[in-house]
Amino acid sequence: MTLLDVSQVSKSFPGVRALDQVDLVVGVGEVHALLGENGAGKSTLIKILSAAHAADAGTVTFAGQVLDPRDAPLRRQQLGIATIYQEFNLFPELSVAENMYLGREPRRLGLVDWSRLRADAQALLNDLGLPLNPDAPVRGLTVAEQQMVEIAKAMTLNARLIIMDEPTAALSGREVDRLHAIIAGLKARSVSVIYVSHRLGEVKAMCDRYTVMRDGRFVASGDVADVEVADMVRLMVGRHVEFERRTRRRPPGAVVLKVEGVTPAAPRLSAPGYLRQVSFAARGGEIVGLAGLVGAGRTDLARLIFGADPIAAGRVLVDDKPLSLRSPRDAIQAGIMLVPEDRKQQGCFLDHSIRRNLSLPSLKALSALGQWVDERAERDLVETYRQKLRIKMADAETAIGKLSGGNQQKVLLGRAMALTPKVLIVDEPTRGIDIGAKAEVHQVLSDLADLGVAVVVISSELAEVMAVSDRIVVFREGVIVADLDAQTATEEGLMAHMATGTDRVAAPDMERLTA
Amino acid sequence: MTAPSSPAPLATDKPRFDLLAFARKHRTILFLLLLVAVFGVANERFLTARNALNILSEVSIYGIIAVGMTFVILIGGIDVAVGSLLAFASIAAAYVVTAVVGDGPATWLIALLVSTLIGLAGGYVQGKAVTWLHVPAFVVTLGGMTVWRGATLLLNDGGPISGFNDAYRWWGSGEILFLPVPVVIFALVAAAGHLALRYTRYGRQVYAVGGNAEAARLSGVNVDFITTSVYAIIGALAGLSGFLLSARLGSAEAVAGTGYELRVIASVVIGGASLTGGSGGVGGTVLGALLIGVLSNGLVMLHVTSYVQQVVIGLIIVAAVAFDHYARTHKA
Repeated sequence: MTLLDVSQVSKSFPGVRALDQVDLVVGVGEVHALLGENGAGKSTLIKILSAAHAADAGTVTFAGQVLDPRDAPLRRQQLGIATIYQEFNLFPELSVAENMYLGREPRRLGLVDWSRLRADAQALLNDLGLPLNPDAPVRGLTVAEQQMVEIAKAMTLNARLIIMDEPTAALSGREVDRLHAIIAGLKARSVSVIYVSHRLGEVKAMCDRYTVMRDGRFVASGDVADVEVADMVRLMVGRHVEFERRTRRRPPGAVVLKVEGVTPAAPRLSAPGYLRQVSFAARGGEIVGLAGLVGAGRTDLARLIFGADPIAAGRVLVDDKPLSLRSPRDAIQAGIMLVPEDRKQQGCFLDHSIRRNLSLPSLKALSALGQWVDERAERDLVETYRQKLRIKMADAETAIGKLSGGNQQKVLLGRAMALTPKVLIVDEPTRGIDIGAKAEVHQVLSDLADLGVAVVVISSELAEVMAVSDRIVVFREGVIVADLDAQTATEEGLMAHMATGTDRVAAPDMERLTA
Repeated sequence: MTAPSSPAPLATDKPRFDLLAFARKHRTILFLLLLVAVFGVANERFLTARNALNILSEVSIYGIIAVGMTFVILIGGIDVAVGSLLAFASIAAAYVVTAVVGDGPATWLIALLVSTLIGLAGGYVQGKAVTWLHVPAFVVTLGGMTVWRGATLLLNDGGPISGFNDAYRWWGSGEILFLPVPVVIFALVAAAGHLALRYTRYGRQVYAVGGNAEAARLSGVNVDFITTSVYAIIGALAGLSGFLLSARLGSAEAVAGTGYELRVIASVVIGGASLTGGSGGVGGTVLGALLIGVLSNGLVMLHVTSYVQQVVIGLIIVAAVAFDHYARTHKA
């Protein structure tokens, strides 16, 4: 029996077609794996189901009823669709029971009936087999326990469909087993689950059916029992927008950046994938791509190398000289520059002018006595990079917040290049920018490497990593699992390393998939 | 989608005069001129050179601190301890010169230095508490407000210290050309503050920290140093202001500077700075300080009591920020 029928749903954002006529059918009591690479459109689809976004076209039928795309998220919850995002929606200072019934507390004479609240919560937790104390504050719970609270909360609303976005990304092995037992319990109560995960082994072990998406489109759907992990990888990767491959103009030079056994001082305990004793090196004139799933530790490593987060063990060397990294200032002085992942939060001063944004770290060299800013030299600097990077802007006094994402990124690249770094780390260089600007950014990175800079590129887009890199280092759960020549790497091979940590993937059986 | 006959203006029209944007950009000076005109008509003694100098002298004392508050608010901080720190620095300086140094030609110099340095040290300590202990600036300076005031009362059992010589008092009531000395000092401090913010790397870094502290850190700005330094600067200026006030009154009083934090913050906010940091400037602050000075003086001349003045000033602060928000969200 069908519970959810998504038919021909499309959704566009300015400049991007996020979903293009997507289908998804989920049966009652079915655990359905929603698969796809980063950026395939899974998140957008989930948000349309939970009414965080409204679809532009297509229909969603739930329990025989066509849903109104303009529903408020609360309405969807009342209908029985619950979504558990990676970032939980819990109030840490409140107890488990209070979180479960927030806004719907049982009342007596207009006041909260605390004893009934507690009793109801305890009854439901027992029923679901969740080992939680209803009075415990959520603040002290582990990630796995908080996830249980989310599941219990969904069940207080009599959820018939629970969407779980990467539920095991932050869980340890035993916790994963327990979650799977809980999901089996939900299934026994005829609750359906949409299970979004990159861990294909888990999908194979516990899901009934799968749907694969790629580039915002529906690719394939079927019974999990009929496919192998390798088949799923193959379907997820497929063919992409092609980027022009970088052609190296000079052989790589000496090792410029060396990272030896680096471990962060304050690992994010929620994630088992925190970095452990990572070592790698980058040569001048070489672009090293860091591939991996979101949360594999690539950004954490970049921040450690840049002095943005404290290092507990290991060391970072530039030109064989070990660095003492207390802050990004130390890294910049040693010739390392980072273009951070989150342009708006970590890169731009949105209300300030392009000129001020671009010149900030270079001001010392532009100032008399290191303080009195020579604005003419500053304007020249901006003009140089406007031409070099082809930044489209009215004038240098425009607020950077008014530029397109691609032009903002170029300003931040200009900011980094103006320091003439020996090592340039670029985290997600083309996230959220249009395809033309992507190619331009790739060219800029390639040119920089040809000038002898050691460039490190972090990207969650496999096609991008393959196009810009000379060498690809693959991260999985906080460790490096592969170091490959980009010329011979394949997307299937990379995906297999990222998702399962091995490239021993059997050749896919195409006949069975197209049947 | 729109019919060709639609009267809606096209986006490609040449820029027309935008009254809202103009009013927003120049709101402080427009309002200041309006107040001057109203008070000028209402009372013939208002628009006289004598009264103008009187207003300026009054404004100078807290205006000097407001220049420092501009730095603090630009980084997204706040300092409510300035009035108490002013009192402590001035009474400590007065204590040193009267009880320790005695009378002499250079007592003013010692008082000036002691008062400013105590303010600097007090502000530095508060800045360190913000950066090292990660206590919010509002809490640190709220504590400081009580600590400095209490220390002031302890120092001379709550009594005033007076008996300054003429050289000392010149700093409060003397004139340079025809301008009162505090007005000249205010002008110098404002000019220095403006130049520092507008033309130096330090100033750029102050704006950067307030605009986006994380981006500033990742751009190699020493965020902790900038943060500590702005509290030290405002502390030093509070000390300087305390010296001038004691010279002007002829005595250092334990209750000096009470309520200054409000006037000083109001000057900066009315001057157009954003309390979240990253935008504003000394020019706006000077106008904001003048506006409050004109308002107080004008209301006194109209025989409005100081109680009502407080109500009016409070309402104007809220109105200024409300207008700023309205103009920001309703621009074309």
